[in-house]
Amino acid sequence: MTGRAIIIVLLVLAIAAALPLTLSNYQIGLATEMLIFGTLAMSIDILAGFAGRTSLGHGAIFGVSGYVVVYASAQAGLSPAAAIVLGVIAATLVAMIFALLAVRTSGVYFLLLTLALGMIVWGICLRWTQVTGGENGLRGDVRPAFLVAHRTFYWAVLAATAVVSYAMWRFVRSPFGLTLLGIRDSESRMKSLGYNVPLHLFLGFAVSGFFAGIAGALYAMFNNFVSPSTVALAQSVEGVLMMIAGGVGTLFGGFVGAAAIITLENVVSAYTERWQTVLGLTFIVIMIFAPEGIIGALRAILVSRFRSSSHFAEPGFELRNRKDTS
Amino acid sequence: MSAFQLLNGLTYAALLFVVASGFTLIFGLLRIVNLAHGALYLLGGYIGFAVATRTGSFALGGLGAMTAIAAVGFVLDQGLLRFVRGNELRQVLLTLGFAFVLNDMALVIWGGDSFTVPIPQMLKGGMRVFGVYYPTYRLFVLVTGIVVFAGLWLLLNHTRLGALIRAGVDDAEMVEASGVNIRRVFLVTFLLGSALAGLGGLMGGAFLSLYPSADAEILVFSLAIVIIGGRGSLVGVGVGSLLVGLLNTLGQVMFPELAYFVIFGPMALLLAFRPLGLFGRAATS
Repeated sequence: MTGRAIIIVLLVLAIAAALPLTLSNYQIGLATEMLIFGTLAMSIDILAGFAGRTSLGHGAIFGVSGYVVVYASAQAGLSPAAAIVLGVIAATLVAMIFALLAVRTSGVYFLLLTLALGMIVWGICLRWTQVTGGENGLRGDVRPAFLVAHRTFYWAVLAATAVVSYAMWRFVRSPFGLTLLGIRDSESRMKSLGYNVPLHLFLGFAVSGFFAGIAGALYAMFNNFVSPSTVALAQSVEGVLMMIAGGVGTLFGGFVGAAAIITLENVVSAYTERWQTVLGLTFIVIMIFAPEGIIGALRAILVSRFRSSSHFAEPGFELRNRKDTS
Repeated sequence: MSAFQLLNGLTYAALLFVVASGFTLIFGLLRIVNLAHGALYLLGGYIGFAVATRTGSFALGGLGAMTAIAAVGFVLDQGLLRFVRGNELRQVLLTLGFAFVLNDMALVIWGGDSFTVPIPQMLKGGMRVFGVYYPTYRLFVLVTGIVVFAGLWLLLNHTRLGALIRAGVDDAEMVEASGVNIRRVFLVTFLLGSALAGLGGLMGGAFLSLYPSADAEILVFSLAIVIIGGRGSLVGVGVGSLLVGLLNTLGQVMFPELAYFVIFGPMALLLAFRPLGLFGRAATS
C-alpha cells in the first residue's frame, strides 16, 4: 500500500467509526446491515471478479452460517464465540461441497449449478422442521451482553468488517489470487503452464465461502433471527446485485453496492410493499444499462479522462461477451 | 416401491417433462437460461385457474394459460432480452430480475393463498391400473406428458421448423448464412417454450396446487433435469425428468424432509463425470 492509500483507508475508517455518533438507532442498524452485506458482496466478488465464476449460491452459504450460529447459541446453549466459529466452519464446509461439484463447470453452467445447490439448502431449511423450525425460522439472542447496544455492535461489526476486508484484499493480491485471475482470463493457458485449475478454483470457492460465512454469522447476531428467506434465492440475488452494482472485480465496490441497494430498499419500503418488484426491476435496468456497476461506470469515465491504469484488470470482464472455456 | 408410488413418480416426471422441455428448448437454441421459467409456470397456473373457473372449461384454461404465457414470453424476449443478446450471463441475470417482478405481481393479484385448478368431471375419480386404484387425472397428466414428448419429437425431427431448430442448436450462424431468418426461428422457439411452461402450470395447478413458492420448486427441478440431461436434447429432458421424478418420489417416501438430497446425489455423481450432462455436447461456436 502506498502512503496515500493508507491515509484514504484511515480516513474512510474514521468517518465510518464516527457515523453512529450522529445517526439514530434505526440508521445505525441500516449502516450495520450495509457493512454485513458489503462483506457478503465482496465474498461473491472473489469468485465473480477474480475467478470469473458468478455464484448464485452464496446466499445459502451465508444463511447456513446464520442458522448454525442461532441454533448453536439458542438451542444448544453454546457461547456466542463458539457459535460463530461453528457457523463459519459450517459455511466453509457447505462452500466446499458446492465447490466440489461446481469447479468443473464455467459460465452459465456454474451459475445454474450454484443456483440449484443453493435452492437445495433452502429446501432443507424449509422442510427439516425439527431442526430449522421450518417456515417459522429460529429465534435466539446471539449477541453477548456487551454488544447489545446498537452503537457498540456497529463498532464491533465495523472492526470485523475492516479485518475481513483487509484479508480479502490481501487474498486477491496474493500469488494465489493472481492465479485465479489467470484462470479467469484463460483457463487453458493456466492449465498448460502446469497450474492445477480445479484445485485453485476449489480453494478459491472455499475461501469465498469462509468470508460469506463470517458475513452470515454477523447477520445472525444483528438480526437474532433466521428463516428460510435468509437462505433463499433472493438473498443470493441481492448479494450478486450488490456486487454488480458496486462493480465486478472492484472488491471494495461491494460496500458501495450494498449501501446503494439497502438505501434503495429503505426508500422504496416507505412508499410500497413491493420491494421484490423493485429489486427485479433494478436488476433488469442494471443488466441493460450498467453491467459494469456504479464504480465500473465511474471508473470508465475516469479512465477515459485521465488514462490512468488500475491495479486490477478490467472490472466486469465476466459480464462481457465471453465464450465458454469448458 | 409400490405400483402406486411408481405411478406417482411417473406422473410427476410427466409434468416435469412438460415444463423442462420448454426450458431446454430455449436453452439449447437461444443459449438463454430462462430463470423466469418457474415464474412463467406459476403465472400460467394462476391464469389457467382464472380462465378455467370463469368458463368452467379445463381445455379453455389450458389454451388461455398457453396463450397468455406465450405473450409474456414475447414481452420478455422482444422487450428486454434483445438488449443483452449474445451475452449469456447478462441474459441469465436479467431473466432472474424478470422472475422477481412476475412473482411479486402474481402475489399482488392472487395473494398468498393456495389454489387448485378444478379438474373436469370426466377426469375425476380413479381407475384401476397395475392392480392399484389410481386418480384418473394423474394418469391424464402422464398421457399428456407422453403426447407432448411425441409432438415435440415429430416437430423437431419431421418438420422444416424442427430441422431449422436442430440446425440452429448446432450452428446458428451457418443457418443464417444459408438464407434463413434465424431470429424468427428463435422467437417461435421462445414462444413455444414459454407456452409449455404455461401448460405445465395449469396441469400442475390441478394436483400440486398453486402457491407463491411453487415456482422455485419447479425451477430447481427443471434445472436439475437440464443439468442431468444436457443442453437442448429432447431425449435428455425425457431421461432427466424420469430420473428426477422417480428419485423425488422415492426420496419423499423414504425420508420426506430431505427429499432434495436424493436428486442431489446422482446429479453430483453425474457432473463429476459428464459436466455437460448425459446427452449434452460442447458448444460448437
